[in-house]
Amino acid sequence: MSRIGVFVCWCGENIARVVDVDRVVEEVAKLPGVRCAVNYKYMCSEPGQTMIRERIAAEKLDGVVVASCSPHMHLKTFRKAAQAAGLNPYLLEVANIREQCSWVHSDRNQATEKAIELIRISVAKVKNNHALEPIKVPVTRRAMVVGGGVAGIQAALDIADAGYEVVMVEREPSIGGKMAGLSETFPTLDCSQCILTPRMVDVGQHPRIKLYTYSEVEAVEGFVGNFEVTVRQKARYVDITKCTGCGECSKACPLKKNKSEFDFGMGTRPAIYMPFPQAVPARPVIDKNVCAMLTRGKCGVCAKKCAAGAINYKDEDKLVKEKVGAVVLATGYKLYSIGKQAGPIAGYGEYGYGKYKDVIDSLQFERLLSASGPTSGKVKRPSDGATPKNVVFISCVGSRDNAKGLTYCSKICCMYTAKHTMLYKHKVHDGQAHVFYMDIRSAGKNYDEFVRRAIEQDGAKYYRGRVSKITEQDGKLIVRGADTLAGEPVTIEADLVVLAAAMRPADGVTELAQKLNVGCDQFGFLMESHPKLRPVETNTAGVYICGAAQAPKDIPESVAQASAAASKVQITLSAAELTREPEIARIDEKLCAACFRCYEACPYHAIEKAEVRNRKGELVKRTARVNPGLCMGCGTCVSVCPSKNADIEGFTEQETYAMIESLI
Amino acid sequence: MNLGYYPGCSLHGSSDDYQQSLKACLGALGVSLKELDDWICCGATAAHTLNRKLSIALPARNLALAARQGCDELLAPCSMCSLQLKKARKAMAEDLALSAEMATIVEAKPGGARVLNLIEALERVGLETIKTAVKTPLKDFKVACYYGCLLTRPPKVAEFDDCEQPESMERIVSALGATPVAWNYKTECCGAGMTMASEETVLELSHKILADAAAHGAQSIAVACPMCHVNLDMKQSAIEARYGSRYGMTIYYLCDLVGLALGLTPRALGINRHFAGRTA
Repeated sequence: MSRIGVFVCWCGENIARVVDVDRVVEEVAKLPGVRCAVNYKYMCSEPGQTMIRERIAAEKLDGVVVASCSPHMHLKTFRKAAQAAGLNPYLLEVANIREQCSWVHSDRNQATEKAIELIRISVAKVKNNHALEPIKVPVTRRAMVVGGGVAGIQAALDIADAGYEVVMVEREPSIGGKMAGLSETFPTLDCSQCILTPRMVDVGQHPRIKLYTYSEVEAVEGFVGNFEVTVRQKARYVDITKCTGCGECSKACPLKKNKSEFDFGMGTRPAIYMPFPQAVPARPVIDKNVCAMLTRGKCGVCAKKCAAGAINYKDEDKLVKEKVGAVVLATGYKLYSIGKQAGPIAGYGEYGYGKYKDVIDSLQFERLLSASGPTSGKVKRPSDGATPKNVVFISCVGSRDNAKGLTYCSKICCMYTAKHTMLYKHKVHDGQAHVFYMDIRSAGKNYDEFVRRAIEQDGAKYYRGRVSKITEQDGKLIVRGADTLAGEPVTIEADLVVLAAAMRPADGVTELAQKLNVGCDQFGFLMESHPKLRPVETNTAGVYICGAAQAPKDIPESVAQASAAASKVQITLSAAELTREPEIARIDEKLCAACFRCYEACPYHAIEKAEVRNRKGELVKRTARVNPGLCMGCGTCVSVCPSKNADIEGFTEQETYAMIESLI
Repeated sequence: MNLGYYPGCSLHGSSDDYQQSLKACLGALGVSLKELDDWICCGATAAHTLNRKLSIALPARNLALAARQGCDELLAPCSMCSLQLKKARKAMAEDLALSAEMATIVEAKPGGARVLNLIEALERVGLETIKTAVKTPLKDFKVACYYGCLLTRPPKVAEFDDCEQPESMERIVSALGATPVAWNYKTECCGAGMTMASEETVLELSHKILADAAAHGAQSIAVACPMCHVNLDMKQSAIEARYGSRYGMTIYYLCDLVGLALGLTPRALGINRHFAGRTA
């Protein structure tokens, strides 16, 4: 005979208002096997938990049902209390009489009846529960950071400084990300390169950071604590161990007029190039699509000039495997391709981006403002190199626009547009900045003051309204828009137009997320496990996210989030073994017929094809086997197993049928 | 090739010259037009500003006629007509309740004939076919291709070319040997029906179009809409008088240009019936 205790929570008024908790106790006390039943105002509070602990000891309980809120909320809390009293935590169940009863019903009698039923089935289940022990898995105590922008750099340095090895994988030839190309940063106007490049050097020289640049994640296997990541090192055609970074090759390269990716097409670079002089590693790469030697087999000038003999035209992609215990995804963002986006969010042809040379996007303008940019920080417009005297800035190009597909706010555009007007005014004293905006969103420390300064001290003209069309006439861009506060149309003859395009997740993030079983939202940003309480975790254990890959955000926020992700990684790596919940699949290997339907059905690749051999090494039988590190306990294998040998611990068929029987 | 033909009120009235040109041009390209029997007004601007159901029912009836008369593709040379027909077709396909209602009101069913504007009809004939049929290439023609506000908008209904920077008319004009100019006002409004209520608005808007076309070196403007033609052609002298400028800009229907390149005479195409320009 069981000795089960039932603890009914009032949840203040949340449950007690609708459910008659006294009657519930009275009724469930009569159930066979129930030793005691009590109710209390806040069962999750310290006095409530004490009551559970004391009753377990006093009544020698061998099973507990807490009737309260959803198990998502407090199952762990109550199981901890049971464990403290010496009861195996998996012998405690929660009957949800709040979300599934009191919150959704108003009739007191019926709700009380339902609460009693819910408790009855939980009691039936607990009677069939058995003690479970947490699963231990070994941990590879090193981490991988994917993406070498400011978020990835911060995360990598934090983890490495804490004493763990870090493998950083960056797609571009250099780390630094978008921030390396920015001019000055809001709200302090400190130079982006001055604050970032020392951090890049730190990464490059850190004894515990292994850097793979010009590399991508090819495949991921394993599970938390035990990932094996295959990294594709793209052919660089330069041996970076031999190369000294002298730059003679780039100077000698005859093909110099290629659009620079780092300058977003505002400047040019040779076919063999370093993206920017402060690159880490300070090693060049050959663009195989334009290099004359690689496309036509004629040239070889760079190899002749290279004293170190580092050029290798026969270089090929290499695959390397890295074992890590945790992964941080910091893959960053790109800008909305204005007017050129394929699919349902095509839009803004009316702004003539790509048609008029002097209509540029905000990252291109950053390069025009940057001291390291193609104009050495002088504001010159792309068409004729003239200094623009009237510059129009348009915010929300793609953001917050239901008609063009992106409903979200890109968050940083209001701030950087204010910064753009300021930096422009500081460089062109007789110039005038005009800003068309929907709202000014400048929440943040010293942010609103910054925008006011742009308007009041640096004289930027702000118009609340949208631009309907940009046309070109006699070398001027005619910007037609509305000033909705003044209630009149505005036409500005501009020399340069800067579009604050929406932030979108970087290319390839969805594919990368699939490799790691991480979710993406409808816009492709990586999904956090909980928007408030688990903001840097994902639903895959051991995989963390930070920076603009998760949602549009500025530098301070990216850095803070990166440090948060790093601290989560440190928690994962802090022990030599990880414990996991034991509620996972169990296959009876003696009875398994090795049909492997479960192997095919398992969404987590957690089932292996195993062989059972006798002591002479002869094959006795084949069987499906669950990898306890990977199994997420979804139960798909249970439903496909034709011989009913798969079961989920904690949710066995026996337990489930007992629950159903108790209702009939 | 056979196409169903929905002339709409304009081509049977004030823009008879458009119909003359259209029939001559398409005839020369081997397209035979079968005019819809018993067609009614598409509702134009009036219906949809007053009553949404009416604005669907009027074009839906025409679509129902097309279905009954065995027509798969229906040419509506007026941009307002083609838009209203496309709108009704789309609304019935997406809204089953509305579609059921239309079945009782005008015996219309979802689906049916695909609606073509003039440019789409010429594309249907084929750029290559047109190119090979050209007898006198329009070498010296510098043309501003003018789409007006309705051919590409709203993009989800029109489902035609880039809404803000369309290029389809330019491709046809280039195939004729003419030179399309790059200009700014291809999709701006000419003032349209305001010509009745507020002529000044039309003069101002159409003036901007003429001025921009002239500033970018165009000697003529190609249109694919009867209303645009009225405002740019018939009102041109009034515009010139009001703004004190002289454009002398010939306003061609797109089919005029195709017809000329195919070797048809201006008289055969009805170009002599236009008001403005050098050939007037």
